[in-house]
Amino acid sequence: MIGQDIRTLLRRDTRADRVVPPTGFTAHLTLFVSGAMAFLAVFALALSLAAGRLADRWASELAGAATLRINAPVEQRAAQTQAALEVLKQTPGVASARALSAEEQAALLAPWFGPDLPLDTLPVPQLIEIIEGEPGLDTMGLRLRLAAEVPGAVLDDHSRWREPLVDAAHSLRRLGWISILLIGGATAAMITLAANASLAANAQIIEVLRQVGARDRFIAGAFVRRFTWRAFFGAVVGTILGLTGVLLLPEASDAGGFLTGLGFQGADWVLPAVIPVLGAAVAFAATWSAARRKLKELS
Amino acid sequence: MIELENVSYSYGGGELLRDVSLQLQPGSFHFLTGPSGAGKTTLLKLCYGALLATSGRIAAFGEDIARLDRDQMALLRRRIGVVHQDCRFLDHMTLAENVALPLMVSGRADESHGADLAELLTWVGLGSRMDALPPELSGGERQRAALARAVILSPDVVLADEPTGNVDWEMSQRLMQLLIELNRMGKTVVIATHDLSLIRAAKSHVQARVLRISQRRLHLAGADL
Ligand SMILES: Nc1ncnc2c1ncn2[C@@H]1O[C@H](COP(=O)(O)OP(=O)(O)O)[C@@H](O)[C@H]1O
Ligand SMILES: [Mg+2]
Repeated sequence: MIGQDIRTLLRRDTRADRVVPPTGFTAHLTLFVSGAMAFLAVFALALSLAAGRLADRWASELAGAATLRINAPVEQRAAQTQAALEVLKQTPGVASARALSAEEQAALLAPWFGPDLPLDTLPVPQLIEIIEGEPGLDTMGLRLRLAAEVPGAVLDDHSRWREPLVDAAHSLRRLGWISILLIGGATAAMITLAANASLAANAQIIEVLRQVGARDRFIAGAFVRRFTWRAFFGAVVGTILGLTGVLLLPEASDAGGFLTGLGFQGADWVLPAVIPVLGAAVAFAATWSAARRKLKELS
Repeated sequence: MIELENVSYSYGGGELLRDVSLQLQPGSFHFLTGPSGAGKTTLLKLCYGALLATSGRIAAFGEDIARLDRDQMALLRRRIGVVHQDCRFLDHMTLAENVALPLMVSGRADESHGADLAELLTWVGLGSRMDALPPELSGGERQRAALARAVILSPDVVLADEPTGNVDWEMSQRLMQLLIELNRMGKTVVIATHDLSLIRAAKSHVQARVLRISQRRLHLAGADL
């Protein structure tokens, strides 16, 4: 029922639309506002998506990344390693823990010391790889237990430093979405203003239409169609300009880090196409409620 | 068709109509007269629901007007053709489009075969003015366009408020002729006018009741006109 209403309301009935004369100022205001807001929305969307990608990547790098280092004299190393693995086995939040083999350790060091390192004669610490699981690793608690039971153990949760960065990326994404909401709200407010101005300017026409038996939905429909199409058209132009701006940003590269990753990637390119539709929907709702209110007031 | 029962109307400035009762029978022809400011326009507006009575009951086609919502009121407007005292048009649309406006707003624009519209405009003598814009029309042309617009939906009732307001005598006779023809087609016609000579001239062509508003009340005027 509602869907059908919306469809009949939006069907371009050029004859019925002609009852409202095209007025310059509200038409231009609607076009400009929806265009400018769509342009801004493209950037807010790009920002949100990029921040989201960044947060996801950093967060996945964080997950399960901890290393335990056993710094002990050669003769105690094996015993302490065994003790540490025992402790880890009983620690909640540890999905698995595994001592690296001599070959693996040699492979890690190879880039620095070459392939022929005599590992067993050097005081190289034994490494234990910890994969985190639910409910998450309590590093403080683990450190205390290790200090008591395995004196040579050093817990290195090396990617923890990125946590604040992940938080920042999340906040950035949230800011992006809030911006989009604000843009939508501002668009609604401006179009409501324009629609009210247009309704007030056309009060005489509304009266004539009422005199000849027009129902509210006919009158409102003429205004709603006008503003919805105008907002849609303005938003299409704004979106295209915004996308052009995003396209002109430099390519994502390792050297550029965050800033150059600000574009859309893959399927993300479809999302901006939604902006004109949302703009039209906002205009539709704003004009519709403004018209209903005004028509009630005028009766 | 339209019935008023003990209707009174007051506004901020005081009481304008008191205890008015009136029945408009199908096919009847009424003149409504009285000095300027007596309340003729007000009484017509009460009949088609543009104003609501302070007390009393007004029924149109059997329904209490005071109970209609805005949609039902719009439907009532389509069943009562009104020629307003200050006939207003959409100035950006042509005369033909303005006359066809009731068809358009009632979703019946498809039925308006160009021929019917042209026929109606020819009937009121505006066949050659179809593409004119309202601001280009003379007073008489506006009145005739308003009449054409009032009857395009074939209403049963036609209410005309000073239809000969600002036209010369010859034109007023033409307009009266059109209204009398409408009555002969079976329509109920009410004409509000302060112009008694118009009524005298029409009396030989149509069986009409003459109502007069004086001192806030509605009287049936006799042969003393
Ligand atoms: N709602 C109202 N507010 C103010 N004045 C009104 C209102 N209704 C009627 N009047 C006044 O009542 C008088 C009668 O008006 P009207 O019905 O137009 O008389 P007529 O058509 O007979 O000349 C006028 O003086 C008009 O100004
Ligand atoms: Mg009057």
